[in-house]
Amino acid sequence: MLKFTSDQMSTLFSAISAMKTLYVPVEKGGEVTFGVWSETEKVRLDALKTVKSAKDLFFPQAETMMGFKMEGKNIEIQVPEEKMDEFVVFGVRACDAKSFEVLDNVFLAEPVDTYYALRRKSGIVICAACTRPEESCFCNVFGIDATAPAGDIVTWTVDGTLYWEAKTEKGEAFTAQLSEYLAEATAEEEAAVAAQNEAVKAIIAKLPYANLKVDGFTGDRMMEYFNSPKWAELYQACLGCGTCTFVCPTCQCYDIRDYDTGHGIQRYRCWDSCMYSEFTKMAGGQPRLTQLERFRQRFMHKLLYYPMNNNGLFSCVGCGRCVNKCPISMNIAKVIKALGDE
Amino acid sequence: MMSEITREDMHIPKIGIVREIIQETPDVKTFRINAPDGSPLFDHMPGQCAMISVPGVGEGMFSIPSSPTNREYMEFSIKMCGCLTSWLHSMEPGQMVTVRGPLGNHFPVENEFIGKDILVIGGGIGIAPVRSVVKYMLDHRQDYGRIDVVYGARSKEDLVYYEEMSKEWPKVPNTYVHLTIDREQEGWDGPVGFVPNYVKELNFPTDKTVIMCGPPIMIKFTLAGLMELGFQKEQVYTTMELRMKCGIGKCGRCNIGSKYVCKDGPVFRFDELDELPNEY
Repeated sequence: MLKFTSDQMSTLFSAISAMKTLYVPVEKGGEVTFGVWSETEKVRLDALKTVKSAKDLFFPQAETMMGFKMEGKNIEIQVPEEKMDEFVVFGVRACDAKSFEVLDNVFLAEPVDTYYALRRKSGIVICAACTRPEESCFCNVFGIDATAPAGDIVTWTVDGTLYWEAKTEKGEAFTAQLSEYLAEATAEEEAAVAAQNEAVKAIIAKLPYANLKVDGFTGDRMMEYFNSPKWAELYQACLGCGTCTFVCPTCQCYDIRDYDTGHGIQRYRCWDSCMYSEFTKMAGGQPRLTQLERFRQRFMHKLLYYPMNNNGLFSCVGCGRCVNKCPISMNIAKVIKALGDE
Repeated sequence: MMSEITREDMHIPKIGIVREIIQETPDVKTFRINAPDGSPLFDHMPGQCAMISVPGVGEGMFSIPSSPTNREYMEFSIKMCGCLTSWLHSMEPGQMVTVRGPLGNHFPVENEFIGKDILVIGGGIGIAPVRSVVKYMLDHRQDYGRIDVVYGARSKEDLVYYEEMSKEWPKVPNTYVHLTIDREQEGWDGPVGFVPNYVKELNFPTDKTVIMCGPPIMIKFTLAGLMELGFQKEQVYTTMELRMKCGIGKCGRCNIGSKYVCKDGPVFRFDELDELPNEY
């Protein structure tokens, strides 16, 4: 384990940012979200949950996929660059880090989504182990250890000192570039990190949602859950606003649309939501007629459909953003409880 | 430092040129499309689909009704029913569209269907996706047993591929075409009535493999009729359609339970559909 030798995080950030674009949680208009670091930004490393998850850096809310030059009868396809500058994102929590695995299974599965793949290849993920979990957190339910995130580099902060460990080749190469700011941690310091991790895990075990049971959500019971009478009660207050899908680090549904710039057509994709009626609406009909079907789809996907296609991996990482943001206080934790066996 | 990838992405289409447009019915046109150099756009199997787009207007998933054995062009039979399809209907030969594919699975013409008697049932524009199978089987006639095609539409004018089905297919040995229209009309002396009833009247032996596509109401009653005749759901194949954007199982909207119609389908057997939620 290494440690950062200064107590000024801005020293580290300015060193990183001299090499690559650096994203950190910054406060803007009272909300904290990942933004490009600069001396003048209000960095909020203490904020546990950015409004939008770090997914935005790899699967942006909107991105141009290609252009079309239209001339008379001719169409010319303009394909975007195959290169991208490497970038660093600092402060990714264990839940968001796990969400990359969930997204990888979708976007990196054949045929590979090259837009996502290029960003994944370009991004260096530096995680921050949690020290102060919140009441809405339940990552442990999905087997995630908030003190041992899955990034290229993991950092722990104990008594104001930043500890640092590279976890991947990419992480090691980048660590080598920062060697002048890092030194070996002592055995006592490593013990202090381990002790803090245990203390944090003890707090997590006592959080309100910590004991949610998800073992019952197995593919062989898909139709049983689909046909559960409980959906009819659960969905009723749902406004169909889609907030849960936009703040969710694992929601990956997208729309593709064309925009006429006046000089050609830009084809872009943007986040979409299964909570919206237009999501599945066709000239020939609507397979999910009411909010009940749409509401059920979202949770069936996270707890059953996705795991059925991905070796049992749930498409929820327990970040709790939906718990905090849903205007009618419905969320996946309540759904799990309601559908659960007990 | 820069990272690099090769931009080989199924979201990115190819340019296709509309070579010929055939008015099949008052609201269905068949578009013959190939690459600018005259070569096929890509290889496909019967039942697979492609995304066709007019940039700025939209992109939609269409079945490929031509046989893979046709190396000159790929055909798409498209009913005018929305924004993109209306635009396509206003096109003229020589114009460009974008095409990407092949997408989805296909009918098991190379294994399960071999040596079987095949019953093809179509209704309205639902004949388009299954025509590819028929054309493929007719081009490999010796590999299959008796072929029956039952096809119905609202009127004689609404029968897509009428010339081909009434004149060419019945000339092929051991191949039978049964056409029906919903209501009596002048100039039609063939059977009249809805497809489900007609299928029951024809009273087919139950050792056939069935391929069916048409409006949901037709599927529902025809399937029930087939069950009454003694067919099993394992014998009956269909091809599905739901709203799609990516066509490669990523954008998340065309799922029926854990299956994506664009990637795991569009071809399903009814016993497979039975195990999935009925959201289609």
